[in-house]
Amino acid sequence: MNGLRIYVPGDAAAVAVGADDVAAAIKAAAARSGTPVDIVRNGSRGLHWLEPMVEVATGQGRIAYGPVAVSDAAAVFKALAANGAKHPLRLGKPEDISYLKNQTRLTFARCGIVDPHSLDDYCAHGGYKGLARALTMQTVAVVEEVTQSGLRGRGGAGFPTGIKWKTVADTAAEQKYIVCNADEGDSGTFADRMIMEGDPFVLIEGMTIAGIAVGATQGYVYIRSEYPHAIAVLNEAIAAARKRGMLGKSVGGSPHAFNLEVRVGAGAYVCGEETALLDSLEGKRGMVRAKPPLPAHRGLFGKPTVINNVLSLATIPIILEKGGAFYKDFGMGKSRGTMPIQLAGNIKYPGLYETAFGVTLGELVEDIGGGTATGRPVRAVQVGGPLGAYFPCALFDVPFDYEAFAQADGLIGHGGIVAFDDTVDMAKQARFAMEFCAIESCGKCTPCRVGSTRGVEVIDRIIADRDRAANTALLEDLCNTMKFGSLCALGGFTPYPVMSALTHFPEDFGAPPRLAAAE
Amino acid sequence: MPSYAPWDAEAARAIIVGKQAQPGALMPILQALQDEFGSIHREAEPLIADILNLSRAEVHGVVTFYHDFRHQPAGRHVLKLCRAESCQARGSDALAARAAARLGITFGDTTADGSVTLEPVYCLGLCSVSPAAMLDGKVVARLDNAKLDALLAEADR
Repeated sequence: MNGLRIYVPGDAAAVAVGADDVAAAIKAAAARSGTPVDIVRNGSRGLHWLEPMVEVATGQGRIAYGPVAVSDAAAVFKALAANGAKHPLRLGKPEDISYLKNQTRLTFARCGIVDPHSLDDYCAHGGYKGLARALTMQTVAVVEEVTQSGLRGRGGAGFPTGIKWKTVADTAAEQKYIVCNADEGDSGTFADRMIMEGDPFVLIEGMTIAGIAVGATQGYVYIRSEYPHAIAVLNEAIAAARKRGMLGKSVGGSPHAFNLEVRVGAGAYVCGEETALLDSLEGKRGMVRAKPPLPAHRGLFGKPTVINNVLSLATIPIILEKGGAFYKDFGMGKSRGTMPIQLAGNIKYPGLYETAFGVTLGELVEDIGGGTATGRPVRAVQVGGPLGAYFPCALFDVPFDYEAFAQADGLIGHGGIVAFDDTVDMAKQARFAMEFCAIESCGKCTPCRVGSTRGVEVIDRIIADRDRAANTALLEDLCNTMKFGSLCALGGFTPYPVMSALTHFPEDFGAPPRLAAAE
Repeated sequence: MPSYAPWDAEAARAIIVGKQAQPGALMPILQALQDEFGSIHREAEPLIADILNLSRAEVHGVVTFYHDFRHQPAGRHVLKLCRAESCQARGSDALAARAAARLGITFGDTTADGSVTLEPVYCLGLCSVSPAAMLDGKVVARLDNAKLDALLAEADR
């Protein structure tokens, strides 16, 4: 097609704020003016306060407009058609917007730029270069490259990806599997969804490289059912890759076979835990397994299995293309490379911010995120999903780094940051953490199954001012039991939001404030 | 608005048999049955157990474990409101209370006329445009009272 090339994101966040209607309105405006247009439903650039953000390709590059409402569509279309002309919503070149300009986009290099429905477009933007290089290497060297990169599991646990791969590669078996954990259930996170909707082929390429490296011929992507858009885009991309011979008996004409299939979850948060996910894939209740055996030794259907998060696998292609040393060059301490951080909740500039490890929490929330959307002071931020700690502003100097967060009694998890203003009731948030654990517990271990329900009751007594001191001590004791006695992170980490709320915001639990000067 | 076929054991058998060969077939089978009939009919569990050579308890255990599977058909529309932290930070609790009050039901219930089922969802991955909801698979975000009322009106149709 040779029409005017217009980009209207098909990303679910953009669609949820009207992108489909805007695309239709622009198409109608174009038809009325007799202008041939080629509307690309790209992924989102991640500047979500500007969604729906419409772009037009011009001789000087792409020009963006946003946020575009249906009522703006006709006027915006005129500006688009006039080579990206002036309009009150004109943002200029997206890559010049400071929020985007200051990022280091490695995993998300193509997201929002390419057409996720086109394998050709993926290849035109450097896609499959990582696989091409991997196919020239010994499989041992591919694993070594990943180890050298310092990449750690982006799902939250932060386990070195290369070591996981090596364990599977070194375990002899007739059948091995690559499983992609796309059960992104943490509130405040949406990076997996964005990459699957905006650049699905990078995930396919990463999984293919993983398969070749460890000798696995079958891969599964387990996507939560709450992500219908991601499921559709990824299924379409897998079909396109298969048709082109990039999946199947002979990947890219090589002697390696690799097949890929999407499996859909059924609304169980605990299936984001890797062993529960494997049970679910096997057609069982999503119950957590005791480890050992590790999935790398006995995983899916009892076979050696690499199970990695979407972001870990989507980062593999650039590591293979540019080398482990290139990736390792970014970051701090033992946290190497970049992290796609997600800014959410009550924040002025929400979106996806990929940057090297080391940026502080305060920079992320106040400088990049612009403080709260409501304009009130930030009171607390929860980092790492429903199992992550609540941080007060006093801890905003903590750098985004696995170890630094652990030291501050928190976790970076999957990189989601949810901001709250000063109207938040932290006792209510602590109660919710326990309630959520009770709803989602798989029920296998007692500290999680029973502890979460008792936790809600104890917090209710504290809130109702019944024997407050004794019940607060009981809550701390219960949290310790859950933390050290649970089988997985659901029961084990629920104490993080609870204890951090209690520690940093005691006044919400009826105790004197911790730092009188901070008020 | 989704429309579903009435329960038909032979059609169900065909769906089950068509998927039984794939590894870990139970979840895809249950999803296909619910897509076809709108719920997991009580006759479906023994049928699946028979074909997959599982116990009825194993099948029932899986159906009841996952929030998505229903034994009773939902209302003509399903409205899912996100109740998780990011949406809470943008006022979803008040929206949830408003939805429940307007519909005259609590979360998990269906209105008496069978028009709407109201359900909580713990994250739609739309946290950057919170608060968020999903009506029959259609996502809506930056929800406020007016947008919520429009969704409720749409669901009432």
